[in-house]
Amino acid sequence: MSESSQPSTTLFEKVWQRHLVRNETAETPAILYIDLQLLHEVTSPQAFDELKRRGLKVRRPDRCLATIDHSTPTTPPDAGGVYHYHTPQAQAQVDMLHTNCAEQGIELHGWDSPHRGIVHVMGPEMGATQPGMTIVCGDSHTATHGAFGALAFGIGTTEVGHVLATQCLLQARPKTLGIRIEGKLQSGVTAKDVILHVIGQVGVGGGTGSVIEYFGSTIRSMDMESRMTVCNMSIECGARAGMIAPDEITFNYLRGRPLAPRGEDWAAAVEDWKTLKTDPGASYDRLVEIDATNIEPSVTWGTNPGMVIAINDAIPAGNDDASRDALDYMQFKGGTGLAGQPVDVVFIGSCTNSRMRDLREAAALMKNRKVAENTRVLIVPGSEATRKEAEAEGLNRIFVAAGAEWREPGCSMCLAMNGDSAEPGDLVVSTSNRNFKGRQGRGVRTILASPLTAAASAITGRVTNPLDLMEAGE
Amino acid sequence: MSHSGLVESRTFCLPVKNIDTDQIIPGQFLTTTEREGLGKFCFYSWRYDEKGNDRSDNPLKAHDAANEQVLVAGSNFGCGSSREHAPWALLDFGFKAVISSQFADIFRSNSLKNGLLPVEVEDHVAQFLLDHPGHPVRIDIRSSTLSVEDLGEFEFPLDPFSAYCLTRGIDQLDFLLENDAEISRFEQA
Ligand code: SF4
Repeated sequence: MSESSQPSTTLFEKVWQRHLVRNETAETPAILYIDLQLLHEVTSPQAFDELKRRGLKVRRPDRCLATIDHSTPTTPPDAGGVYHYHTPQAQAQVDMLHTNCAEQGIELHGWDSPHRGIVHVMGPEMGATQPGMTIVCGDSHTATHGAFGALAFGIGTTEVGHVLATQCLLQARPKTLGIRIEGKLQSGVTAKDVILHVIGQVGVGGGTGSVIEYFGSTIRSMDMESRMTVCNMSIECGARAGMIAPDEITFNYLRGRPLAPRGEDWAAAVEDWKTLKTDPGASYDRLVEIDATNIEPSVTWGTNPGMVIAINDAIPAGNDDASRDALDYMQFKGGTGLAGQPVDVVFIGSCTNSRMRDLREAAALMKNRKVAENTRVLIVPGSEATRKEAEAEGLNRIFVAAGAEWREPGCSMCLAMNGDSAEPGDLVVSTSNRNFKGRQGRGVRTILASPLTAAASAITGRVTNPLDLMEAGE
Repeated sequence: MSHSGLVESRTFCLPVKNIDTDQIIPGQFLTTTEREGLGKFCFYSWRYDEKGNDRSDNPLKAHDAANEQVLVAGSNFGCGSSREHAPWALLDFGFKAVISSQFADIFRSNSLKNGLLPVEVEDHVAQFLLDHPGHPVRIDIRSSTLSVEDLGEFEFPLDPFSAYCLTRGIDQLDFLLENDAEISRFEQA
């Protein structure tokens, strides 16, 4: 078939089509080729074990990239250079990844690597994430990489083993959900507020079975870090992947990164990447339209990411079981305001919001100010590269002068499995992606917010609209 | 993971929507490098308090593992993380199937690879079951049907390949490995 007689297709369909080893039949799912598998310590040990049990080798170690992030401490090593893990099992898990990667010839970014970081921060920073790729990881926030026009999604450990052994996955073709976001964002409103608002509209299960494509003027004008924040939370409305068509902003971000194509390969790659977009006339299984002009700084009030309000709005009255249960856990009263609630801990970090833009925004707000007396503030950069860049700009000095803790990179309090956690009953304003019960520690109450809102709340010690401080000072 | 193709049991109900993977198995237990023995951490925070003592309001206290092998829960079950520890924990706890009006994608896929059946039903069927805890049900993989006493028989979505693999004990990785030549051809193209 010639190019011109191809029917109109979406970005998703183009990437999907390019990776079909075998199309799906009535009896069997499609066999999809995977360009890159990202690995970390938590979801890989049982997969490597399975390969060993069967006497199999990793098929393409050159298509794997590993890091340590979830179980690792974010406190610096002691004087002897030793890192102190929360539990011996955490250390054993990290050691096992080292052994597995060494045995199979997989590139692993451990403590001594200048690139080590949260898997979804490191991949893009290294230029490993590229338009048109299929990317998987045993982690549901793999959708982050879709910001580059890659088809990227989270898989379970059994599937991690499938990809290690065959570089392929069995997949049923998902549906497509187009989310068009139009208009200029108001001051104080960031990508995080946009995606929280979108999840509030679509609902926590609204994207199930679908791959989202985000498009429209709001998305086009976002930088790559903002686009990653948007795609990152696709899973929070149930979608496995979120994608954005690559453009000059994407190419400029990737140019010169360690694993990006070079020289003549670069020009050829860009030519190809330019074709990765939804054709005019192509349609999605479902389309949602969002007006971005009236989005306000947004926060969650409940126990899933779809329970969202604009920060100055009242908490919903809660007339159904789920809302009542959420209000009960959060110790909030329906109909009252969320702004002004006293905050025990502020966490700025996670694969949603731990990149330079996030840190710069938080630092701009915290500069020459002090953190509230009874509020603990943790700031955890997403990677070593981000940490170094932030320190070169002096952001760490601003944070420390304000009274915040500046930590080593890792997932940290996003899922609190490395020992960084809050106390039962604490109210945490967090830039991470999940406010599930107990996610940040037993009985901990989580409010999801943007880095600006988190920084403002750190200063006042209360849930605070960043505009209140920005108008006064900035 | 071989499966007889049939689950006949009474249900156990958790009438809660959006039960996420952090509830099914909290993050603190993910430092394991095994798949076995995770039942003791299943719904951990619902069963035990901060000190590890039994909670008096534990909704799973009355669970009879021998006779209640089918969990019925609210919609969007298994949302959240990709941790396969969730189906591993549910299986080890004693469940062979979960019935809900909606399942999260990755949870569904992880479950099928481990022989835990995600049975997705219409709202009214789910509601009937939630209203009648301990009700006898019969799940047949070969015909992908759920029979509910006093209510009827309902087909549930199950891709033919998963059903085939489950009932014949065929492993999906073996199937992929059989396609090695095609994978190599794809890599060279
Ligand atoms: S930062 Fe949080 S969401 Fe992201 S990979 Fe780590 S644990 Fe998962």
